[in-house]
Amino acid sequence: MRNWSRSLMIAIAAVMVPAAMQAQAYRAPRTADGKPNLNGIWEAMNTANWDLRPHAAAQGPVLSLGAQFSIPPGIGVVEGDEIPYLPAAAAKQKENFAKRATLDPEVKCYLPGVPRATYMPYPFQIVQSAKTIMLVYEYAGGVRTVYMDSNSKAPADSWMGWSNGHWEGETLVVDVTSLNEDTWFDRAGNHHSDALHVVERYTPRSADTLNYEATIEDSKTFSRPWKISMPLYRHVEKNAQLLEYKCPEFAEEVLYGPLRKKPAGSR
Amino acid sequence: MIQRFPVAASILAALIAAAMPAAAQTQSVAAKPATTAKTWTPPKTAEGVPDLQGVWTNATNTPLERPQNLGAKEFYTAEEAAQLEKAAAAAAARAEEGRQTEPGTAADVHYDLGQFGLARYQAKSIGNPRTSLIVGPEGRVPPLLPEAQKRQADRAALNRGHQFDGPENRPLSERCIIQGHEGPPMIPAGYNANLQIQQGPGYVAIMHEMVHDTRIISTDGRPHLAKNVRQFMGDSRGHWEGNTLVVDTTNFTDRTAFRGSSENLHVVERFTRTEDDTILYQFTVEDPSTWAKSWSAEIPMTKIDARIYEYACQEGNYGMRNTLNGARTTEKEEAGKSK
Repeated sequence: MRNWSRSLMIAIAAVMVPAAMQAQAYRAPRTADGKPNLNGIWEAMNTANWDLRPHAAAQGPVLSLGAQFSIPPGIGVVEGDEIPYLPAAAAKQKENFAKRATLDPEVKCYLPGVPRATYMPYPFQIVQSAKTIMLVYEYAGGVRTVYMDSNSKAPADSWMGWSNGHWEGETLVVDVTSLNEDTWFDRAGNHHSDALHVVERYTPRSADTLNYEATIEDSKTFSRPWKISMPLYRHVEKNAQLLEYKCPEFAEEVLYGPLRKKPAGSR
Repeated sequence: MIQRFPVAASILAALIAAAMPAAAQTQSVAAKPATTAKTWTPPKTAEGVPDLQGVWTNATNTPLERPQNLGAKEFYTAEEAAQLEKAAAAAAARAEEGRQTEPGTAADVHYDLGQFGLARYQAKSIGNPRTSLIVGPEGRVPPLLPEAQKRQADRAALNRGHQFDGPENRPLSERCIIQGHEGPPMIPAGYNANLQIQQGPGYVAIMHEMVHDTRIISTDGRPHLAKNVRQFMGDSRGHWEGNTLVVDTTNFTDRTAFRGSSENLHVVERFTRTEDDTILYQFTVEDPSTWAKSWSAEIPMTKIDARIYEYACQEGNYGMRNTLNGARTTEKEEAGKSK
């Protein structure tokens, strides 16, 4: 009954608001310095970390884990569904996919890079002030600072890159450069080179949702820029907080198992 | 290798302290860094709480524990402090100049922190009149209780002879899990002693350069996590007392083992911005399973006009691979000899 009346109300509301206006009508609450307030703990609710592209459910890479860690299906987050790989890069993705159980940087607890950090199945927190915005990710303690008052360049490439931001109306626009070539976009082996340039757009769409868009450009890997988009959801549960997910020790068997003393020593 | 400067500096400090006339030592009433705090009003964030934001260093030449020969002497005189500072810088410079290795050879590969202004002796906060970071007449960590000694000994015994068996036999820092200085309490690191403080409504985040760990402290009065949720860096809750951020941390793991502590470690930290470029950082730790009484320290943190760059640890941890590989190779060689 409750669901029925709620759906009806949503349907009526949808009819009343012209379609074009829906996305832009929302005006976010402001921070004390007058900017859209993005503070909060956010998380994607999709299967993009398995594969950015549309994909059906499939057996997971580790048979012994059965249905527990098999691949959930997803409608995809890539605009136009296809990633415009150059031929050699398309072949590399296939090879990555075949070897994903050992090559995916996530298996090794490596920093995820951008945009992958955003849609991994872990929350992240935005801590916002006027000159800097800190994005703190639960996975692997990833973190980056978005500099709002400068257009400086990174001295060297890094896993999480270098982020300069500015506001365009309701939208936080983050220009991410100096990303190294070692991260992947997902567990399906979608990849890029060190020429990667990501422009992210965070736009509040309701009190508890943001729209996230990332335009991905890398002329060594793709024939044209392409875009992903998805909503991000606020953790509204009481006392939500980021917890430690220090994964290096979860990856030690994968990374160093063959170097262990046999038989294993006690400790 | 990289710890050469601080080690040299603290040895030097001890030597100079030993050489000081006893009279000079006891006379010292040196400048407590507190007097300016009363007149100076810290800037506020847009939300109206003291603004602690920026990049800070807590690098110092002051040892955590007071050299034994200084007894109850808590402060150097201004002259003594200046002399120590000069001597530390000179020693560091000599160590650099006196390098015996031939440039361009593998043996000459070394960290040259001074070249980039990153050496400890170049940090502004280095001139601390305190003889130790630990405050009070004792100036030292209290002795471990018998149960804590036993805990430590048991742990060491389990690992003895197995130090190189596998990654879990190595220290947490080598495994890129946690660095000892990150705390809480935050102790100056031997190098890269930098942290960034970021504030949003109801939160203070502290990010350590090593190893990009961010402690997000809520200041909304919520309770600590459930008792069974244990974290290497514990679980921090903050509140404001006047211009001071007070942070209470519990829920540590028994593996955190801060100077022999148990999972009952309880840390209270106080952050007070006493000048535009200074935060006075004070902490008190207690753990009834480890020490008979609590102990406290204070460390000035200096604002630096700098940015924190990514310190990726796990991603480049060749050290672990090489350590284990080396141990296996040695074992093979030794097995070959005994045949």
